Amino acid sequence: MSGREVSQEAGTAWAVAAAVRDPELPMLTLADLGVLRRVEEGDPTAGDEAPGPGATFHGPAPGPGPARGDDAANDGTAGGSAGGERPPVTVVLTPTYSGCPALATMRDDVVRRLRAAGYRDVRVRVELAPPWSSDWISERGRRALAAAGISPPALAARARSGQSGPVPLTLTRAPGTGPGQAGESLACPRCGSRSVSLLSQFGATACQSLWRCDHCQDPFTHMKEI
Amino acid sequence: MSPTSEHGAADHGAAEHGAPGSHGAPDPSHEPESVYAGLFGGDSDQWAFGTDFDDPLAGLDAAVPGGASRADLAAYCLMLGDDALVASHRLAEWTSRAPDLEIDIALANIALDLLGQARMLLIRAARVDPGVVPALPDGSPVPAEDALAFFRPDRQFRNVRLVEGEGGDFGQAIARLLLFSAWRLALLSRLAGRTGPASTDAVLAAVAAKGVKEVTYHRDFAARWFVTLAQGTPESRRRVTAGLAQAWRYRAELFTAHPAELALAAAGVAVDPASLAAEVDAALGQVLAASGLEPPDVPPAGMPGGRPGRDGVHTEALSAMLAPMQAVARAHPQGRW
Repeated sequence: MSGREVSQEAGTAWAVAAAVRDPELPMLTLADLGVLRRVEEGDPTAGDEAPGPGATFHGPAPGPGPARGDDAANDGTAGGSAGGERPPVTVVLTPTYSGCPALATMRDDVVRRLRAAGYRDVRVRVELAPPWSSDWISERGRRALAAAGISPPALAARARSGQSGPVPLTLTRAPGTGPGQAGESLACPRCGSRSVSLLSQFGATACQSLWRCDHCQDPFTHMKEI
Repeated sequence: MSPTSEHGAADHGAAEHGAPGSHGAPDPSHEPESVYAGLFGGDSDQWAFGTDFDDPLAGLDAAVPGGASRADLAAYCLMLGDDALVASHRLAEWTSRAPDLEIDIALANIALDLLGQARMLLIRAARVDPGVVPALPDGSPVPAEDALAFFRPDRQFRNVRLVEGEGGDFGQAIARLLLFSAWRLALLSRLAGRTGPASTDAVLAAVAAKGVKEVTYHRDFAARWFVTLAQGTPESRRRVTAGLAQAWRYRAELFTAHPAELALAAAGVAVDPASLAAEVDAALGQVLAASGLEPPDVPPAGMPGGRPGRDGVHTEALSAMLAPMQAVARAHPQGRW
C-alpha cells in the first residue's frame, strides 16, 4: 500500500467510488457487492512500494498535472469539476470471478465518477488476493437483490468447503436446503416458498444460478455462493 | 466506428423517438416508459463499456521465488495457462450446440472462468520470462497474453493432451470435463495451500485460490451430469461410458511430472502432479460408485518419442483447433479490438 487509506465517510473519494453501480447487477453498488477493497489518497508514486509502469490503469492526465495530496484538499465539500484541488486517489477493486467481463466497465465508471467529483488524478488497481467471496455482499446489497427478484447468496459460503483439505464433491442437493451452509434455506424471491428446484448451476452472468419455484412455478436467479 | 458515425446513430435515435410506431433501438435515458428505466436509476453514464486492459496481477508480489529458474517458472505458467485456454476453447465450441439452453449457458460460463484463469497465467509467464512471448511487428498493440494465445504454433503449447481433442458428443464432453476439473481442482487446491503448503509464488497461489472456488462448481456440474447420463437411458449410459474410456487414455499424462515441474516442486513453487492422484481418484471414485461403473481398463494413448503435451508434442486435433482460433488475430497483428 503506497497511499493513505481513505475513511468510509460521506464526501470522501471512497463515498464517490462506493456509489458506482455494477454494470450487470445495477441494483448493487460496488460497495454493496464487496469488490471495492479500499481507496488510498496521496501520490502513489511517492512510496517505497510504488507500482511499476503499467501496473495500474491511469487515465489520461487532464490539466497541468496531478494535485498534491494534503489535508486541506480533503475538505469534504460535495463534488463538481469546479471544486477545489483534490489529492491523487488510487481505488483498489477485486474481481468476483477470474473471467468476469464487468471489471473493465467498473474501472472506467470509477474513474469517470471521481473525475466528475473533482479528483483529477485517479488510478484503479485490481487485486486478486484475498479472493472475493459472496459473503462480502453487504446487508443492504442482499436486500437490494431480493427487491429486484434475485435470491441473495447464503452466508457462510466457506462452511461448504472449509479453508483446508480437499474440496468435497457435492453430487446431490438435499431437498429444501440452499447450497450454502446446512440448514439455511433458499426461498423463492417472489412468493417466499422454500420448495425450489435447481435448473442450472450457471446463469446469465458468472455469479448466478437458475432456479424454479415449485409453488408459483416462476423461474428465478440466485446469486451463487463462492 | 468513427465519431462521425456514432453521431449519426445518435441523431437517428432522436428522430425515431419522435416517430410513434417506429422500430428504432430504445434509448433507456430518453424513454420514460422503458423497462430498463428503474434498473438504471436515471444514470445514463452506465453505458460506457470499457475495453482497455488492466493488470489483474498488480498488488501481488511479482518476485520469482528463491530456488526457481525463470525459464522453468514461465514454462509452468504456460502449462497451467494452456490447459485452461485450450479446455476453455473446446467448451466454448459448444455454444449454441449444447443439448439445451441451460447447458449451453453452463458450458460457456465454465469456459469464461477458465479463460480468466488462462489470461492471468499467461500474463505471469510473460512477466517472468519475456522470451516466451512471440515477436510481433513494431507498434503492435497486442498485449503479451494475447500474443501467447494467438501467435504461438501448436508445438509451443504446453497443455496436457486430454483437453485438446475434438468435442465429440455431450457424453464425451462431460466425461472429459469431469476428469479435467477433478484433476485441476486438486492441483489448484495444493497451490492455494489447502492440501499442503501454498506455492511460494504469490501469483500462482492467488490465481489458484480464486480458481478453486470456480472449479469446485465445474466439477460438481460435470459429476452431476455424469451420474445423470450414466443412470439415464441405455444410450446415454453407453455414450458417457465411451467418453470416459476415451478421456481415460490421457489420464496417465495428467500425473506424469515434467522436469520443470519437479524442479519447481523442490523449490516449493509447483506441485508434483503424481502426488495428486489419490485426491483425484477419491472424487472420481465417488462419481463412478454413484454411476454404477468401474474405472475404465484402457491402455494409455501413445506418445510420439515418449514426449507429452507438456513438451509441445500434441495430437493433430490441437493444430486444427488453433487454426480458426488464431486466424483473425494473425491476419491483423496491428489490430485494435
